[in-house]
Amino acid sequence: MLTLPVFAWSRPKTVDEAMRVLAASPGECLIVAGGTDAVPNLKHRLHEPKRLVHLGGIEELRGIRVTDAGLEVGALVTLTELAAHPYVREHYAGVADAAEHVASPQIRNMGTVGGNLCLDTRCTYYNQTFFWREALGFCLKKDGTRCHVVPQGKRCVAAHSSDVAPVWIALGAQVEIATPGADGASGAVTRRLLPVEAFFVGDGVHNNVLVPGELVTRVLVPASSLGVRTAYRKLRPRAAIDFPMLSVAVAARGDASRIEALRVVVSALGAKPRTLGGLDAIAVGKPHDAALAEAVGAVAFKQCHPLSNVPYDTDWRHDMVPVFVKRAAPGALGVDA
Amino acid sequence: MDAAALVPCTIHINGDSRTCAITPATTLLEALRYELRLTGSKQGCDKGDCGACTVLVDGVPTLSCLTLALACDGRAVTTVEGLAEKGVPHPLQDAFDRTGGAQCGFCTPGMLMSAYALLQRESAPSRDEISHALSGNLCRCTGYTKILDAVELAAAELRERAK
Repeated sequence: MLTLPVFAWSRPKTVDEAMRVLAASPGECLIVAGGTDAVPNLKHRLHEPKRLVHLGGIEELRGIRVTDAGLEVGALVTLTELAAHPYVREHYAGVADAAEHVASPQIRNMGTVGGNLCLDTRCTYYNQTFFWREALGFCLKKDGTRCHVVPQGKRCVAAHSSDVAPVWIALGAQVEIATPGADGASGAVTRRLLPVEAFFVGDGVHNNVLVPGELVTRVLVPASSLGVRTAYRKLRPRAAIDFPMLSVAVAARGDASRIEALRVVVSALGAKPRTLGGLDAIAVGKPHDAALAEAVGAVAFKQCHPLSNVPYDTDWRHDMVPVFVKRAAPGALGVDA
Repeated sequence: MDAAALVPCTIHINGDSRTCAITPATTLLEALRYELRLTGSKQGCDKGDCGACTVLVDGVPTLSCLTLALACDGRAVTTVEGLAEKGVPHPLQDAFDRTGGAQCGFCTPGMLMSAYALLQRESAPSRDEISHALSGNLCRCTGYTKILDAVELAAAELRERAK
């Protein structure tokens, strides 16, 4: 039995109200939507907030809309809703597929798009009970000073573990963030937009750019990305529930006879997803054949370095990088794997 | 709302409106089991891995160990206690009994709730659909085969009744 720590509670009904609550106790709030990541982490004493701000009552954060500008996905849309949405399935199959790959049906019913983006990083030495962590002298990410994955490391390397984020990045999606006004609680709330890729930073302690008081409100996929095909592949111990030990998102324009653009994002390595570099030179203008698949796989192998931050053998996970890139790529190029 | 203060929380459980006084740090599972004495939903892993605590919140399978009770204030919750009608087991419960789908029984309430939600939306699910719908519910005894058999049997029984 894992009890929750003591905390105060707010359930705002609008984004503005949520922002006022957050501004009133800067740095002391934990934002919760579905709770599937936050609640186990609270039970493990990984978060110790004074106040929980529960977003469940904010109707304006619900719903998926298709406009001339593109696809707008509210932060409170559940992963089940995202995976089942007809427009998403038709145009952004990789997004629906990645959402469908998150954990179990119940967790997808509860977990939200915003929460999935803000998912805390995961590590063998972090996602444990207080008793377990204390026995090891804690770690760099929480309560300690030493990293057990990279013993001399100064920076936390806990793994980014969101399934959908790599696909958002491959697609060029943007995240909308509500930001408090210049003078905090009394200032007008503004919204800032940034590419999902720029949302993440390479520090496992806090792997995104959100500052206390900010709130993710929507994910936007620009209409210009229509025609980009996406695919997602995930390596995990049990297909029914686990977090990724490796994940690969591919977005491509063109088809198997001629690739016009190719983006590959690999995650569950370190604190932020890795977008492979140098693919334009080897893929654009070329057909998708065995030689190209090998070349892209080799680039992935060279640029990706799994660590012992998540379970299972790192050399094996490294060997699986090109395998999963090769398995994902055909889906994004409209050919059968 | 203060951290230590007890606050009233009213949940529509299995058709009844029930109110309990809880702190914000109370999960729905804790409210069900320890405040409202509905011990059918099981406390297994208590961190979202096993599915033994699955209940329906507004008809949707939800892990009550990860749901904060106050987030369910005013909402409809169905637990395994709500399946039987007037003391007569639901066809799913009957089918679990007949096929041997329940062994130690600890996962059974969660299995039943996930299966119940599936049969509410799909009267003739395929074996794969059943297996997918139950993929968030772990069982350490049965090897799952008898559980899948039970859901198929219950679906057939419900279809027969609907004729």
